[in-house]
Amino acid sequence: MATPAPLELIAVTKRYRATLAVDAIDLRIPAGTYCCLLGPSGCGKTSTLRMIAGHEIASEGDILLGAANITTLPPAARGTAMMFQSYALFPHLSVRDNVAFALKMRGIDKATRHRRAGELLELVAMSAYADRLPAQLSGGQQQRVALARALITEPQILLLDEPLSALDPFLRVRMRAELKRLQRELGISFIHVTHGQEEAMALADLVVLMNAGRIEQQGSPREMFNRPRTAFAARFMGGHNVLRRADQQIAVRTDHIRIAPTHALRARVTELEYQGTWLQANLALPDGETLIATLTEQQFDAAPFGAGDEVGIAWDDDAAHPLV
Amino acid sequence: MGERRSATFYALAAFFGLYVLFLYGPMFGIFVLSFQGPDGGLTFPMNGVSLVWFEKLFQGGGIVDLGAAFWRSLALGVVVMLLTVAISVSAGLAFRTRFWGAGALFYITIASLIVPSIITSLGIGLEFRLLDDLVKNHGPDWLAEDHTTWMGLFTSGLGAHLTWTLPFGLLIMFAIFNRFNPAYEEAARDLGATPFQTFRHVVWPIILPSVIGIGLFGFTLSWDEIARSSQAIGEVNTLPLELQGLTTTVTKPDIYALGTSISAVSFLVIFASLFGIRLLQRRRAAR
Repeated sequence: MATPAPLELIAVTKRYRATLAVDAIDLRIPAGTYCCLLGPSGCGKTSTLRMIAGHEIASEGDILLGAANITTLPPAARGTAMMFQSYALFPHLSVRDNVAFALKMRGIDKATRHRRAGELLELVAMSAYADRLPAQLSGGQQQRVALARALITEPQILLLDEPLSALDPFLRVRMRAELKRLQRELGISFIHVTHGQEEAMALADLVVLMNAGRIEQQGSPREMFNRPRTAFAARFMGGHNVLRRADQQIAVRTDHIRIAPTHALRARVTELEYQGTWLQANLALPDGETLIATLTEQQFDAAPFGAGDEVGIAWDDDAAHPLV
Repeated sequence: MGERRSATFYALAAFFGLYVLFLYGPMFGIFVLSFQGPDGGLTFPMNGVSLVWFEKLFQGGGIVDLGAAFWRSLALGVVVMLLTVAISVSAGLAFRTRFWGAGALFYITIASLIVPSIITSLGIGLEFRLLDDLVKNHGPDWLAEDHTTWMGLFTSGLGAHLTWTLPFGLLIMFAIFNRFNPAYEEAARDLGATPFQTFRHVVWPIILPSVIGIGLFGFTLSWDEIARSSQAIGEVNTLPLELQGLTTTVTKPDIYALGTSISAVSFLVIFASLFGIRLLQRRRAAR
């Protein structure tokens, strides 16, 4: 496999006629990083990925991979490989020929390219399916073949466009573990576009949260979750209440809200949901503000309450994060 | 299960049955009558069963040489088929990207379907007559001297047929590329394929079954074309034109034998194509 290299985006901008899809973003992804580009649809994450892949050319700015400026290079000359959202496996070619496609285009002889394809299929545990057509495979199997096909070019960075969105929830969790394992074994960077914060937190070394063409916040999953910088970040990462206190917005984790009859701040329980290991209480403050509290079954049993009850709530000072 | 169908169902089914009879009855009648005995006439009842009218047909010797017309139509049909495929596929690819005048070009192409066929045909004939006059009166001597006409099977005739087949071919290509996932091409590009390699190894194999369909369409549309050929075909006639000429003069069932033969070729082409598509799919699945 190729030597891993860091990727750097410098003031990268993408314009489609009048609309600004990506607005001068700066980003550095160290070699061998699992990076998730996270954000709602239309935030510019896919455009960013496609500019790194070379399927779109940046309107302005530079993209550096290692020492090379790859901003305007064609996709295959960049040292990147892309796995497409619906995998885009060629329907008329067998699994083996799909994986060997890049080598065939380079004019490599059949014996060599079939041997290499065999090795890659081994890597993704799909050797037994080499003669099948894509239509004869399950979603998870198709994804593995797509991975093998992308990796045969020995990329320094693998780009994944919503790779898990085509799978059912059960398979999604399994395939995401496989992606993480593969990235660790190969030692190259994976850049993974997703709109699921849960997926990003489970996989990423580096989460890059995007909003309206800009990077809202970046950091490790724990940093992102525990220190959201903005109301948008707090809401998108989930598990937070965004509240207005005096002139400032603050974020308080839902599991840091304490409920007891004695607390001074009064709230009415509008809804109570049992979720197994935890419970969710929807609360309304007298001024109409709403918030959510999650508590363990144990905490709940210590001081049970029901929907419609009035309770007292509180949180520690250091649990309240000021937002900009 | 076991639910009783309403009276409406039976009424509609009967109506549909009548419709099918109306659609295929005449053709079926002609098929049967083409096997009329040697002493039989143009109408039922059958006076024995024989192949004598087919024999007469292929011996030639009638008023016109039907065998020659058959081969002319076949040759024209094949050329129309190949050109329709080549032009439709190229145009289909071109129309995937926006280019200047794309809208106008599309409407001009489709308008050819709307203009009455006979007008198109008259226009083409007129155009060639003008061209011939121009060459005769103003062309260089070496050309003008022996010039009679450029009108012919593979000039004006071919053009007339293409005005009929190309709009269909293009519309089918639009339908094909509407469903075509551009991610296939991006994936090929990502894996280092040149634009030509992408077409050769990815796009073409995926669209091939539909392209065979376009070829089929092109051939059958050309094979039984009359209106557009009528004023633009030149001195020799295609098979359907000969057939039309015969209907006014012939009083023997050999005209039915001719009709049966023409239909047989159409069916043969269709089944050969379907078989080809099936074979292609089988070969893919086997690999």
